This record gives sequence, C-alpha cells and structure tokens, in this order.
Amino acid sequence: MRKFSLLDGLVVPLDRANVDTDAIIPKQFLKSIKRSGFGPNAFDEWRYLDHGEPGMDNSKRIPNQGFVLNQPRYQGAQILLARENFGCGSSREHAPWALEDYGFRVIIAPSYADIFFNNCFKNGLLPIKLDADKVDALFKAVAAKDGYKLKVDLEQQTITAPDGTVYQFEVDAFRKHCLLNGLDDIGLTLQHVDEIKAFEVKHKAAQPWLFA
Amino acid sequence: MSAKTLYDKLWDSHVVRQDADGTALIYIDRQLVHEVTSPQAFEGLKLAQRKPWRTASMLAVPDHNVPTTNRAAGIADPISRLQVETLDANCAEYGVVEFKMNDIRQGIVHVIGPEQGATLPGMTVVCGDSHTSTHGAFAALAHGIGTSEVEHVMATQCLVAKKSKAMLVKVDGALGKGVTAKDIALAVIGKIGTAGGTGYAIEFAGSAIRGLSMEGRMTLCNMAIEAGARAGMVACDDTTIEYVKGRPFAPQGENWDKAVAYWKTLHSDAGAKFDATVELAAAQIKPQVTWGTSPEMVTDIDGCVPDPASAPDAVKRGDWERALAYMGLKANTPITEITIDKVFIGSCTNGRIEDMRAAAAVAKGKKVAANVKLAMVVPGSGLVKAQAEQEGLDKILVAAGFEWRDPGCSMCLAMNDDRLEPGERCAATSNRNFEGRQGQGGRTHLVSPAMAAAAAIAGHFVDVSKE
Ligand code: SF4
Repeated sequence: MRKFSLLDGLVVPLDRANVDTDAIIPKQFLKSIKRSGFGPNAFDEWRYLDHGEPGMDNSKRIPNQGFVLNQPRYQGAQILLARENFGCGSSREHAPWALEDYGFRVIIAPSYADIFFNNCFKNGLLPIKLDADKVDALFKAVAAKDGYKLKVDLEQQTITAPDGTVYQFEVDAFRKHCLLNGLDDIGLTLQHVDEIKAFEVKHKAAQPWLFA
Repeated sequence: MSAKTLYDKLWDSHVVRQDADGTALIYIDRQLVHEVTSPQAFEGLKLAQRKPWRTASMLAVPDHNVPTTNRAAGIADPISRLQVETLDANCAEYGVVEFKMNDIRQGIVHVIGPEQGATLPGMTVVCGDSHTSTHGAFAALAHGIGTSEVEHVMATQCLVAKKSKAMLVKVDGALGKGVTAKDIALAVIGKIGTAGGTGYAIEFAGSAIRGLSMEGRMTLCNMAIEAGARAGMVACDDTTIEYVKGRPFAPQGENWDKAVAYWKTLHSDAGAKFDATVELAAAQIKPQVTWGTSPEMVTDIDGCVPDPASAPDAVKRGDWERALAYMGLKANTPITEITIDKVFIGSCTNGRIEDMRAAAAVAKGKKVAANVKLAMVVPGSGLVKAQAEQEGLDKILVAAGFEWRDPGCSMCLAMNDDRLEPGERCAATSNRNFEGRQGQGGRTHLVSPAMAAAAAIAGHFVDVSKE
C-alpha cells in the first residue's frame, strides 16, 4: 500500500450530502477485473454529459462544465471536501480505487459510511472526520479563494488552513500506523498465525458443525 | 455474568485476539463470493503466493452480471463474460465450491446462502457486498466488506475489526393489511435516516419481528445497510430453526441437536444494554414508497412528495431540490398520482418465494396497465424459480402480462442488460434508489412486492392496504 504522511494539496468542494458509491463509480465500471484505471470514470455520471462505458476514450467525451470537478480552478485537486454520510451504499472498493486513481489522497467530511471509510485506509486514502460546522467553514473558505490549499499532517493529526487555523482530527491508532508505514494488513495478521490456529481448534470443538 | 446482547454473544464467540485499543481479529465462519468484488482479491492472493486458509468456508456464485433471458446463449457482453469466467477459473484453481450460471442452485448470493443452509445461526458471515447484512436474520453476525478485506479473509480466515455500538430497533404489535417487512425497513430508515445506523449493529426485535417469516426477516436485515448499519440481526427462535432444518449445508444427526441447543441461546438477555433504542408501533406503519434518490426519502402511500421549502436545514433543502429535479417530480404531488413506466420485482431484498407469492396474489386475474412498458419478475435463485413454477405463480404472472425471468441481480443495479432508460420511472422491490442505480437517468421508487405488482396493474402507485 502507498504510504501517507504529509500533504499540501488543492481542495475541491463537493457540496452534497449522502454521496453514494454508485455516484463515485457507476456499476458498468465494476466489470473490470483490475484494481487500477478507474480515475477517469470517478463521478462519471456527474462529470460527463454522455453515457460512459468501460473502454471508451474519455478524452473524446462531453464534460459537464457545471460539475465542480471540471472547473479549471480545481484541476489537480488532491483533497476532496464533502458533506455528511459520504460513500454510502455498496461495499465496492472500486470507489476508493477511483478516488485514489483520480489523484485524491485525503477526504474531509463530517461523516462517512462505515464500509467505505474502512476501504479508504486499505488504499492509501485518508478519510478525515471533522465537525459539520468546521466543514461548513471550509466550504466557505474554499469558495472564497482560488487555489485554496490545506496542509494535512497525519503524524500530528492536523489540518492547517492558509490563514493559520489548525484543525485537529482523530484517527484510529492502528490505521494511522498502517498508513504511515504503507503496511499490508494481511502480513500483519499472519504474525498471529498461532493464535488463529489455536482459536480454530477451540471453535471447532465447540461448534463442530461449522467445520463439517 | 452481566446480561449480553445478541451482538455481544456473536462478537465474543469469534474474537481471536484483541488489542488494548479495541482492534480485534474476528474469526470468519463463512465467506460468500461473487464475481464483481472477488477478482482483485484472488489476484492479490496469487501475487503474494498465498493460499486460502479454509476453502471449505467459501461458497461462490455469479449473480450481478448474468443475463435473465436466454441463458443458454451465454453472456453477450464480453466484459461481463470475462468477469464471470474469471470467477469460474479462480474457483476451479483454488477448489472453491461454486454454483455456476447454469446450475439450478445459482442465484443472488444473499438468497442462496440461506437457501442452502450455508448461513447458520451463530456464524460470522462476510461477503464483498454490502447487503451481506441479510444473513443476520439467522442470528448471525454478517456484514459486507471491501475487496481488500475479501483477500484478507481468504488469506487469514479473520477480519480486522472494532466492535460497533449496539442499537435495538423494536417493532411491537400487529402489522396492518398489506404491510410487509419491506415497509418496516423503509419506515425505520425514514425515521432514523440513511446514516442513523452508522457505527451500529442493529438488532430488530419486538412482537412484529418475531411474527415475520425468515423471508421477511431477511428483507429487513438486508436493508439495515441502507440505514447505515453494517450488520442487522434477529434473535434465533423456532422460525429460524425450522427454516434451517434439512437444508443441504445444515448440520445433521447428533450435530443438529447440539447445534440447536446452542442456537437457542442466541438472543439478547433480559436487561442487556443497548447504546440506542428506536421503537415503532407496527399498527402505525403504512405501505411505503420512496420519492427521492436516497432510501430515507420515503413516505406513506397516502402521503405527498414533500416540499423542499419545508426541509429542516439548508443542506437537506438542496438535497431535496436535486432529488425532485432528478426524479422529475413536483412538490406536494400525491404519491398515488405518480405513474410508472417499468416494474422490477426481485433482488436480494425481495426475490424470495414469499415475494413471488405476494406479487402473484395481487396480479391474479388482472392485467398490467397499458402505460407500463415492462413489468419483470426475477426470482432470487434457480430454486426459488422452480418452487414458484411448481406453485403455478409464473403462469399467473405471465397471464397478467409480467415477464418471468432467470435468476440474478438484474435491474437492481443494471450490470447486465436489464436497465431503465433515461427518464423512465420504475416501481422496484430492490433496496437502492440512488441516481443512475437502475440505469443512467432512471428513476426508482422503492416499494414492497405487493405494492410493485399493484402499481403494475394500476399504472400508478396504489394503496394495497385498501384494495
Ligand atoms: S440484488 Fe442488488 S443489492 Fe442484492 S446483491 Fe444483487 S446488486 Fe446487490
């Protein structure tokens, strides 16, 4: 997994609540058996006016100029500012794959759907929870200033705004450790092979039908 | 020992190890696998030269990409076909049991698990699919996981997790005529919102829940995820045990008796503490219809499309306005005046035998309205289809003008050829009304099977409780 520690990145505001995973990456792109290449189709139905299918040349499609990601001032954004319950809906990891492939490294929102939140950490993407009023203040600040950037420091768990305001955020210690070091979850779990085996023996004795 | 919730019992019996900060390794008893979220996991396993820890815990089936007509001809779309073939190849390589596309046991992953007895009380069940919450109906701890976690469970038989908070949703009393588990689910989501259950495992309890069949309980737990909860569950009782008995993967003989004795302990103890409690009176729940692009945008059949001017805050007002624009609806329109173009009865929410019966009961002797271009019924599995045909339900439905299809996810998410065209309006028994879910520009209204069938006949929504 890609490491994450520090970022000084351009912010793009996506001002709607309950952005679901179908919106982040529509189902026709889920037919891919790969992990990469989803970026050009992130938010496909909002980003383009024509219907997208896998394998299309996206540079030849008609962009929806009204959609925030297409505005010139937000090109190259690495931080996605969003509203409540971001990433609700399906468990598709294609959603964080698409966001990461697009170039995002950080999402800031008041709340997230559980599965999506979890999936982000497995893909070097840092989802930060901030209080709704702070997120609201950020939306206003981004709108007010072209080229608005935020500094995100995972080690310190801080976001620093251009005016010097520092927002502290919470992050689970284990997830932070994995993200800072780019650690593979499976490798870590396999350090406990003996415990898993011991549990299995006990579990089998108690509920033998599960192993029939 | 202090009183435990059902969730406590299921969690505690699967903790392999736990760190001081609560991060735990949870042992997984059953992993269900489908073609969409598994290829990258199998690939990861291969790249790292790892083997599945316990293939016998896995059961695989293609469901999202399979066609619902003329299956003998195979899958026309080459990309869909490759995904299904990749599943076949991975299962063959690792020795995973798979019900292939033309096997009568094939169906939607959340329908076939319980149908086969592969989902049992007391189990931990995972699948790379958010509606894995369905299996919680069996007093199991079941939740959806991402593809990285699918690979993790394959490789280690465990999941890294932290315990959720526990929510009790209690529904007491008798349901009114024409009111189903689907309406309970939508009413709960309408009440707590699509993020109301985030961070919680929900236990559904109360006399109305105990009165539901296993099919109804599955419908309810299936939609726990639409309330934001990764897991939903119902305590084990005689209804559960009766359903499981004799199914192919269910324990037998001495093991059966032992299992039943254990399963009977799978309920919340009297006095167990929940972090949150929500109560609904069954008698007050009416048939539900969603009007927007999120399952929480729902109202009673005798209600109206709401006016964004009356939204509680600015963010919601914006959401409602966008939803009405997308749905092509005007504020204050009575729900019963909304006409529809298509009807979809099926999915892991409502694709079981009881749902087929409910649709057929409404359709019997009637005809699909002229303005309805397509009314399709898609059984959740080959075995549901066979059972329905044995009961003659297919004939009733076909005589009324419905199409009777082969099993799969179908127009629930439209990864195969079944989809809405831009602007088309659909009464659907599935679980998500998100923008574009059933096809780009498609407009979805979530309802129960009886409500969907009644809408097909009338051409617009009608109140089945008054029929
Ligand atoms: S029926 Fe719909 S919700 Fe259920 S597994 Fe299939 S696509 Fe997902």
